[in-house]
Amino acid sequence: MDNRITLHYIIPGDDFSVAGEASSSVKKTLTHLGILPGIIKKAAIAMYEAEINVVIHAGGGEADISIDAEKVTIQLKDQGPGIPDLEMAMREGYSTASDSVREMGFGAGMGLPNMKRYADSLDIDTTVGKGTTVTIIVYIK
Amino acid sequence: MERYFHSVTLDETKCRGCTNCIKHCPTEAIRVRKSKARIIAERCIDCGECIRVCPYHAKKAISDSMDAINSFKYKVVIPAPSLYGQFRSNASRNMLLTALKHIGFDAVYEVARAAEIVTEATKTLLNKNSTVKPLISSACPAVVRLIQVRYPNLIDNIVRLESPMEVAAEIAKNKISKTENMPIEDIGVFFITPCAAKVTSVKAPYEKKKSFVDGVISIKDIYLKLLNSLDKVKTAEDLEQAGYEGIRWAGPGGESLALGTDEFLAVDGIHNVISILEEIEKDRLERVEFIEALACVGGCLGGPLTVENAYVARSNLKRFVDQARQNGVSKEHTEEGENDLMWTASIEYKPVMKLDENFHEAMKKLEALELINKDLPGLDCGACGAPSCRALAEDIVRGNANEADCVFKLREKVRELAVQMMELEAKMPPVLDKDWTND
Repeated sequence: MDNRITLHYIIPGDDFSVAGEASSSVKKTLTHLGILPGIIKKAAIAMYEAEINVVIHAGGGEADISIDAEKVTIQLKDQGPGIPDLEMAMREGYSTASDSVREMGFGAGMGLPNMKRYADSLDIDTTVGKGTTVTIIVYIK
Repeated sequence: MERYFHSVTLDETKCRGCTNCIKHCPTEAIRVRKSKARIIAERCIDCGECIRVCPYHAKKAISDSMDAINSFKYKVVIPAPSLYGQFRSNASRNMLLTALKHIGFDAVYEVARAAEIVTEATKTLLNKNSTVKPLISSACPAVVRLIQVRYPNLIDNIVRLESPMEVAAEIAKNKISKTENMPIEDIGVFFITPCAAKVTSVKAPYEKKKSFVDGVISIKDIYLKLLNSLDKVKTAEDLEQAGYEGIRWAGPGGESLALGTDEFLAVDGIHNVISILEEIEKDRLERVEFIEALACVGGCLGGPLTVENAYVARSNLKRFVDQARQNGVSKEHTEEGENDLMWTASIEYKPVMKLDENFHEAMKKLEALELINKDLPGLDCGACGAPSCRALAEDIVRGNANEADCVFKLREKVRELAVQMMELEAKMPPVLDKDWTND
């Protein structure tokens, strides 16, 4: 009875052309379940921001999604540089992205704040030099 | 179940059951079954993409014939601005409008003029603080329907104003009813359309109960008649009312330029529109105030029911725009603009991709879908009649298809069967087996 759906994605690094494909796919999957559009949007944007960060800062990583009757859990893991000052990184407008990345409309310092805004629960586990694991939970009910 | 009207339909005798239309449909609304394309009514947005790609011209748009005008005492024609782009000759707009009138109408009212009224109302909306940005134009009904089935979070961004076609029809009816002293019912208003989506807008409007338009005639159906009539026009009547900004609505960017804001984005072609809507849904276009999204490449000039190549049409249209600019046809504020243009009905999200009404059932089906999808070859060949392997997996869990519809799966099964047969064939019943000994 306790059914659960798990999805797994590899997120390639430094490739903007495919950045966002995983979150798009998750969005489609959630649509199949008939989840309310507003909730799908929360999950999709929070994951999208996390996915972009993995592409820009960490050179790629992996995403694991688990859906059950209560919630969508989105976990993104990377072996990137980690976030030295998490508190600072959570501030709107704070960004360490390069100028060229910003010109693409990314790295405006809204990634983490947006994740926090749209996720019902956000957990960031980061170690400098080792990598970062972001866990986003969005409740369906 | 709700009944759907669609202008886009199939001519069964012409359909060969190929995969062109299923592969191009932006909402995965077509399947081939029993060698005929079937349109899934609740998913179709009448964009006309299938009409364009069908090599056998089996996809068509239902529209009205010229005979339809005879059921009215007083006949009014309201041409879409895209009609002007269909003419390479040097005929003036007044010549064209006169020729159009001569094929059987009592009066002409330009939709381009009504477009200018809609522009004014849109400007007011843009300046309101309460308006959700970016505003998404509702000029293209196929895009509105696309949002309705695929982008529910963007429904609030749609410009909820009457279309230029509706505004033109209403103004024409009210005016003529007064000047001719005639009941509204006696006046028939006919729209000359570049596309199928507009036919659906008239026959099954989403923004109100009933359209002011009484019939829709396609540009391609009227074109020859119009050319012949144009040859016969000696003196042109003064019928033009629209300024260059209204005429320019026919092509991509026209509606946006008329608004006088730099913060706009104009996109044409349904698949390009989808990419932009994705961007908006991700909050990635916050700087933009206005989105003009048109389903056809080349905007209405590239409509599936037009006759001229979209790029040639754009160059033709430029001539009319320049002329109107030179003549400086007045677009002063008139009493026409005082109508309330807000929609009286609203559009609701149609969750056509939902697998089941019951969440737990939907979960089970989704689980099955993922498993089936993993097992399919992933070639998206379309031979099963579905646009992709994933779409087939979806059809299977919905109970509308089975795994053997996949030619590769079928072949695998046949091979397994052959192996089994060989194995069985090797096994002889003991009574017949001559090699069998009892020690």
